[in-house]
Amino acid sequence: MSFLARHRIILPVVSLAVLLAATFYMQPRAMSYFGLNLLFNLAVPIALATIAQMMIIMVNDIDLSLGAFVSLVACVTATFLNDTPMLGLLILLALILSYALLGALIHALDLPAIVVTLGMSFVWGGLALFILPSPGGASPDWLRTLMTVKPPIVPMAVVASVIIAAVTHLLIIRSGIGTVLRGVGGNATSVARAGWPVIRLKAFAYGLAGLFGVLAGMTLVGLTTSADANIALRYTLLSIAGVILGGGEFIGGKVSPTGAVIGALTLTLAASFLSFMRLSPDWQIGAQGAILILVLTARLIFSRRGEA
Amino acid sequence: MTISRMLLGAASLALIAGMAHAESGTADKRIALSNNYAGNSWRQAMLQTYEEIGKKAVADGVVAAADAYTTSENQATEQAAQIQNMILQGYDAIVLNAASPTALNGAVKEACDAGITVVSFDGIVTEPCAWRIAVDFAAMGKEEVDYLATRLPDGGNLLEIRGLAGVFVDDEISKGIHQGVAEHDKFKIVGSVHGDWAQDVAQKAVAGILPSLPEVVGVVTQGGDGYGAAQAFKAAGRPTPLIVLGNRQDEMKWWAEQRDANGYETLSLSIAPGVASLAFWVAQQVLAGEEVPKDLTVPFLKITQDTLDESLANTPEGSVANVTYSLDDAKKVIADAK
Repeated sequence: MSFLARHRIILPVVSLAVLLAATFYMQPRAMSYFGLNLLFNLAVPIALATIAQMMIIMVNDIDLSLGAFVSLVACVTATFLNDTPMLGLLILLALILSYALLGALIHALDLPAIVVTLGMSFVWGGLALFILPSPGGASPDWLRTLMTVKPPIVPMAVVASVIIAAVTHLLIIRSGIGTVLRGVGGNATSVARAGWPVIRLKAFAYGLAGLFGVLAGMTLVGLTTSADANIALRYTLLSIAGVILGGGEFIGGKVSPTGAVIGALTLTLAASFLSFMRLSPDWQIGAQGAILILVLTARLIFSRRGEA
Repeated sequence: MTISRMLLGAASLALIAGMAHAESGTADKRIALSNNYAGNSWRQAMLQTYEEIGKKAVADGVVAAADAYTTSENQATEQAAQIQNMILQGYDAIVLNAASPTALNGAVKEACDAGITVVSFDGIVTEPCAWRIAVDFAAMGKEEVDYLATRLPDGGNLLEIRGLAGVFVDDEISKGIHQGVAEHDKFKIVGSVHGDWAQDVAQKAVAGILPSLPEVVGVVTQGGDGYGAAQAFKAAGRPTPLIVLGNRQDEMKWWAEQRDANGYETLSLSIAPGVASLAFWVAQQVLAGEEVPKDLTVPFLKITQDTLDESLANTPEGSVANVTYSLDDAKKVIADAK
């Protein structure tokens, strides 16, 4: 195996570095504490959502309801968590639990996750509209303070990204349970034969996804100060793209938490970069897709060469 | 002409230019438009108006730049990122048609904290540091009934065509209409259908309710539905009532045809997409140091029997009547709000 194929983190890091250099070249103002924070603070909820998606992809499933789920969490955060914190907290815990149950259900009945989560996206979306029929609500003060904190030297967005990457790296790559979870994605049968209860592991993975989805929704409200029922619908596709961009693969439990965070940052930066280029909006979605395909092609070329 | 007179002329020209410069005081300022959606004729006309007025203002040296940005998807998170990018790009003012009245507040606050003037219009934001150029939709609904009262002093039965259910604008216009009917109690709303601001939907809905209705003397609408209503009345073989229209090109064309055929007379009113140019000038005035109230109201664009031909000639097929606001219009709106 070549160096690049073994260290799948190299490519995401290089992609981000190249894009960052290009952005700094086009907009030197971005090369500052203030600028970096503006560039990346909306990437924090996307990074958390990407980690949530990664948990699902890790066990060989895919979550098409994540955007709607994050929107729902944002609505709960901007209403219940702000007005009656205890009730809000209970609702958020219930949401995490329902994600775990969903994982167990999908495994127990051998349902295709893509269909179940697609269905759930309408449930989450409906609940979000029910809670917040018209845009509004307010961010709890502590959350707003947390998201606008100005740590010394390095801006909040960068600190948060590093913390998210480090914590999930420890959890998924270093810890024992993380290894087993990746094993479920790699070969569920052998994990089951080794005596692990796969249904509980899947529920745990989905529960983790629910937890990070909740964190994504909360941080998003901390940034926007209020919510609406459609606020995060784009996160479904962004999170999948982020996982793949960060070196994850759809099958086999091959994921990289650090890569996923970097993937989320890269996607956010790509949008800003295209906007700085004054590219017409009609072309921007296409250009974003082109960047994604470019990175994936590069990865494929390197991994093929690694196998040969 | 002697040399000295030429010099004098040049000097006075320079003086005038200098004065104009001092008056605007915004020659080095840059204004950006943040727009969340470009997928219908109204938004296209809005972008075009902004571009025209921006180009002219830059050429005249009123501002240094007037760029327009539209997000690739109609999403609040995208637009928040777009606004943050504008802060980085160092714009002095952001003219904003927002995807959400609340979800952009964080980004708007950040822009304000960076010393940027934010003027929201049409899709306004609730963040207190931003200016709002709002549309008084309820007043628009009431004005329709007021007009009917002048034309039909005996009153009678009205049919109401509403917009898209559950949307704020629909509620507001309808509220205004019902308020108007409460004031002019000779009128009675005998039927109400949802036309979704689209001619085909309105036509079907009106055709469905017509057989159950008594004689209808007037139709109050929300715009984009008047032509469909007229077609439904025609198909049912009933006399065409007085239909208040909403400035769409097909509505005006029908109106002109009816006028030529039988002297049909009505009123058409809506919000002009050119409100973007009003927002531009308001932002310019704020940058120039003028004191501008935070809440302003957009005037309606009214088309009457006298202005019909002119409006129809100026409106491209499939589009909506437009007007470009000037600096003086903006000053008037500001003065009215004070």
